Amino acid sequence: MEEVPQDCPGTSSTQAGKGASCQGCPNQRLCASGAGAAPDPAIEEIKEKMRTVKHKILVLSGKGGVGKSTFSAHLAHGLAEDESKQVALLDIDICGPSIPKMMGLEGEQVHQSGSGWSPVYVEENLGVMSVGFLLGSLDDAVIWRGPKKNGMIKQFLRDVDWGEIDYLIVDTPPGTSDEHLSIVQYLSAAHIDGAVIITTPQEVSLQDVRKEINFCHKVKLPIIGVVENMSGFICPKCKNESQIFPPTTGGAEVMCQDLKVSLLGKVPLDPQIGKSCDKGQSFLTEVPDSPATLAYRNIIQRIQDFCDIHSSKEEKLISC
Amino acid sequence: MEATQETGNLTGIRQIILVLSGKGGVGKSTISTELALALRHSGKKVGILDVDLCGPSIPRMLKVQNKAVHQCDNGWVPVFVDQEQTISLMSVGFLLEKPDEAVVWRGPKKNALIKQFVSDVAWGNLDYLIVDTPPGTSDEHISTVEALRPYKPLGAILVTTPQAISVGDVRRELTFCKKTGLRVLGIVENMSGFVCPHCSECTNLFSKGGGEELARHAKVPFLGCVPLDPQLTKSLEEGQDFIQEFPKSPAFPAFISITQQILDGTSAQTS
Repeated sequence: MEEVPQDCPGTSSTQAGKGASCQGCPNQRLCASGAGAAPDPAIEEIKEKMRTVKHKILVLSGKGGVGKSTFSAHLAHGLAEDESKQVALLDIDICGPSIPKMMGLEGEQVHQSGSGWSPVYVEENLGVMSVGFLLGSLDDAVIWRGPKKNGMIKQFLRDVDWGEIDYLIVDTPPGTSDEHLSIVQYLSAAHIDGAVIITTPQEVSLQDVRKEINFCHKVKLPIIGVVENMSGFICPKCKNESQIFPPTTGGAEVMCQDLKVSLLGKVPLDPQIGKSCDKGQSFLTEVPDSPATLAYRNIIQRIQDFCDIHSSKEEKLISC
Repeated sequence: MEATQETGNLTGIRQIILVLSGKGGVGKSTISTELALALRHSGKKVGILDVDLCGPSIPRMLKVQNKAVHQCDNGWVPVFVDQEQTISLMSVGFLLEKPDEAVVWRGPKKNALIKQFVSDVAWGNLDYLIVDTPPGTSDEHISTVEALRPYKPLGAILVTTPQAISVGDVRRELTFCKKTGLRVLGIVENMSGFVCPHCSECTNLFSKGGGEELARHAKVPFLGCVPLDPQLTKSLEEGQDFIQEFPKSPAFPAFISITQQILDGTSAQTS
């Protein structure tokens, strides 16, 4: 991956190749010739690669720490419980890749084959890819600017040998920046089923999540729905409920009503969730009787239903 | 022309402290806000620079989300949180036309704004400038550290929650600090236990001890544990001064202790 100058105007900018900061950049001639403004050939390559992937689901949030990776991991586990389904989990959080640890795959490495990179398999029908598998030690930091992160995401989509997949789940970092623009851009020709947006009940989260919903509208990404995580805590001793992250402005319920998006469900706080993630186990199988497990399962079913309705609509359109 | 140590808007600032974490949602903005409030209560003049461009949380936490910034000869005038002008704040939140507007920018554009935030805000004289950051080790962090380098920041406070998933990301942030030559002032373990307000039973919702263990392993100071405290969360939601309003709340002693360690550390440095 070539280094780009710090003040790179962007390859598709009108200043590409012509700005003062472009002097000395190895791509300067290419950009000045207008090549950067042409669509990236990788988009078509990725479209071809994604032909074997039936459903693509992005897990987003404007806010950090609301449970995107936790949800992505458990969505993957939940879907993969049906052994007839092939599930893939792609972690594009380049700076903070949590998925390897959550899936019990810390320390695993990626292997190359003739057909590309092989995902790391948790189960026969559940494969995972993350930058975490490319790091040598647990202290290794990925200190990359946007263009280099984008290159990695492109490679993940184009060069990983996913095979035939029923569900590709993409876990993202918080925000509305390079990673999010890139995943939407690179999958633009391949059709994304939609986004699941995670929030916690308090306004400090919701204010970022509204931005994420606006981002989805801006890039025309369908929204499957919103999940309100950490929604209440039941004390194991006295069984009283506490709102640790109080929904001072009505929580996700009011936000979803205002913005006309679906509320897929609310997941309560259960200390066992964090423990399972730290151990790299599926909370759904570790604590099957928890109200949180029930909530997750209902939400996963609704996501499956959304994808099924979607694909039958598509088939109807094609057959017309 | 780049600002030098001798000129520029940061020359009136005694100490610059960054608040970092590899992990999102651990409480960086919370810690930044409470540290600023506690320093103010200790008689200090404090500025907060919020370089989280995608998720600017601080304006709401200080009840100034509806304010706008103005220009002066030296650049932007930061928003004052109080009439006495003891806390000032700069955030992209003040530049948005609508509060729900998403800042959907790639790295180069973010870098340009961060440079402006660092050099073009007329802070005046401050005892402390606290720089709140988004999670990660990317554009915002690289640009902020590079822009602040001529002004020799005091160092960084790293925030984590206790569980291994968080600690894993914060280890990478420690590497970032090492690689960029940023001193680590210490680690704060946030959301460390929840005391049920009904029966006082303590539950470790996000496990316990990971932050302290990391500090020991990395040989950096451990600044303390902050428990989960719904009064704190509510106070931040409503933009209240938690330090003033809730001195009996479980999180209060932790913030006072962290602030005191920062004050002791900085007075030792200047003496």
